[in-house]
Amino acid sequence: MEITQKREDNNFEIAISGRLDTVSSPQLQSEMEAVTAEAESVVLDLKDLEYISSAGLRVILLVKKAMDQKGTLVLKNVSETVMAILDVTGFSTILTIENDKEQVEPHESTAD
Amino acid sequence: MKALQTEAKIENLQPVLGFLEEYLEDMDCPPALTMQLQVALEELFTNICFYAYAPASGDVLIMLDKQDSILKIYLADKGIPFDPTAKEDPDISLDASQRPVGGLGIYMVKQIVDRMEYQRVGEMNVLCLTADLNKVGKHGKI
Repeated sequence: MEITQKREDNNFEIAISGRLDTVSSPQLQSEMEAVTAEAESVVLDLKDLEYISSAGLRVILLVKKAMDQKGTLVLKNVSETVMAILDVTGFSTILTIENDKEQVEPHESTAD
Repeated sequence: MKALQTEAKIENLQPVLGFLEEYLEDMDCPPALTMQLQVALEELFTNICFYAYAPASGDVLIMLDKQDSILKIYLADKGIPFDPTAKEDPDISLDASQRPVGGLGIYMVKQIVDRMEYQRVGEMNVLCLTADLNKVGKHGKI
């Protein structure tokens, strides 16, 4: 897992790539605790997130609970496989998810 | 049938999931389904790591088997008796503030596979997950 952080004032955009599992999620949790302590808005960019288990969902719920007290949390660029996990756990109904369609479903190139 | 015996500790999560991934790759399993079956295995393997032998340690045996389109994943440990199929489902309709943090793992397993069965065999917990690889939607099992 890799975490890339962009910050403008108290608005944070965090890109999470790779695998968010039992081994990697404590690292995300500690980074997000530092972020939510200061943030007014948090965007999680999940474009390159390949895998998420319940350990990762747990951290996202902690971020959501923290941001509900003081600002906003938005998830963007959620892939279909990650979305299926969010749907089956009811997370897609409690989270704000903004998907840029062109990025989520790239146009298939036509064969020449 | 393929088998992997390893110590039940979190550091072994990647080799365990890699073992399943390799097995599924050989049968051209779609990536979305491979990911979901890895999630199911992770939830049960980590449960064993955290609870089966604590505070001591012990092994887990993972076996993979396929007959036609039916995949079976077995997990066996010699830890304290624990039947995950008896665990009550969480209420996934609660809003964020009411939701307890955690407790989703076993529920996710149940959603992903077609069947989860538990048996206490002598000193062993034996879990069997069954998934029909032909009964798969566009986004995998869920």
